[in-house]
Amino acid sequence: MTKDILFYALSALAIWSGWRVFRVDSMIRATFALMVSFIAVGGIALLMSADYIGVATVFMMAVEMMVMGLFMVMFMMNPAGLNPMQMVHQYRFSIGAGIAAFVGLTVAILTTPLPDNPLPPGGDTLRDLGFELLGNSMLIFETAGVTLLATMVGAVVLSSASGRFGSAGQGSVPPGLTAGGPPAGRTAEDGKGHGGHAGHGMSMQKKPAMQAHDDHGKGH
Amino acid sequence: MTLTAILIVAAALFGIGLFGALSQKSFVMLMMGLELMLNGTLLATVGFWAYSLGGLPKGQLLAILIMAVMAVELAIGFALVVAVYRKRQADVIESIKTLKN
Repeated sequence: MTKDILFYALSALAIWSGWRVFRVDSMIRATFALMVSFIAVGGIALLMSADYIGVATVFMMAVEMMVMGLFMVMFMMNPAGLNPMQMVHQYRFSIGAGIAAFVGLTVAILTTPLPDNPLPPGGDTLRDLGFELLGNSMLIFETAGVTLLATMVGAVVLSSASGRFGSAGQGSVPPGLTAGGPPAGRTAEDGKGHGGHAGHGMSMQKKPAMQAHDDHGKGH
Repeated sequence: MTLTAILIVAAALFGIGLFGALSQKSFVMLMMGLELMLNGTLLATVGFWAYSLGGLPKGQLLAILIMAVMAVELAIGFALVVAVYRKRQADVIESIKTLKN
């Protein structure tokens, strides 16, 4: 009974705050409304004795929404909702699509015979999940980890203005070993092939000339 | 608290998220719509696990994968926002009608 009341309260909170996300003027308020929605869903997961998922959702979304709030302030046209402006497009179509999705899914839910095989009472779901994660399904779990690593690399590549050796405009030249010295490692040959040994020999031949040029520069 | 009720709540969250993703102009608000849709998906997955698998832990594993998808979407989405802003000073969807440059 208490569970039912809590479930309906949390559901109402999740849906209401989810709706508020797109109705408030301030984008920071929208961020916090989305966070409330996620926390309510985490609470519902706790009610369904999915302890790990519920707590992890709350933790993860609290951090994610903080990051989102920062991005709002940095990038968006109207972060605090101070000047009135039109921030939506194709409004009627979107409302129609949202309602159609909800109605369609609800009809599907109500007309489908749903399976009825609830959790056995008194089971230790957390223990089962732990053994599953580090046992039979470890490979799947590790796949998620590798995907997140690839995401980190991709995010850095996409968002960084410059590469390792300077901005993209100036080409890829490694810095010298001494301040103002010639580029360390292999130097780029202009327009010549990249054949392994031949290229290496040419760069070796070029080096003295570059050194002389550099000394000349220092002399001034 | 039945599976039907949980799934209807999830459908409502999904519908609101779809509305937001289609109607908002700014990139970050669009991503918030996508996050809300994934929120509904997560709720439906946990509901199915709790009411139809008899406690099989693989259902929770699927929910964990959905959370990983959320994290990936957010990270790559923000990286794309940064890249587009750096290139075009753009923060609304209308300003990137073409993919070129």
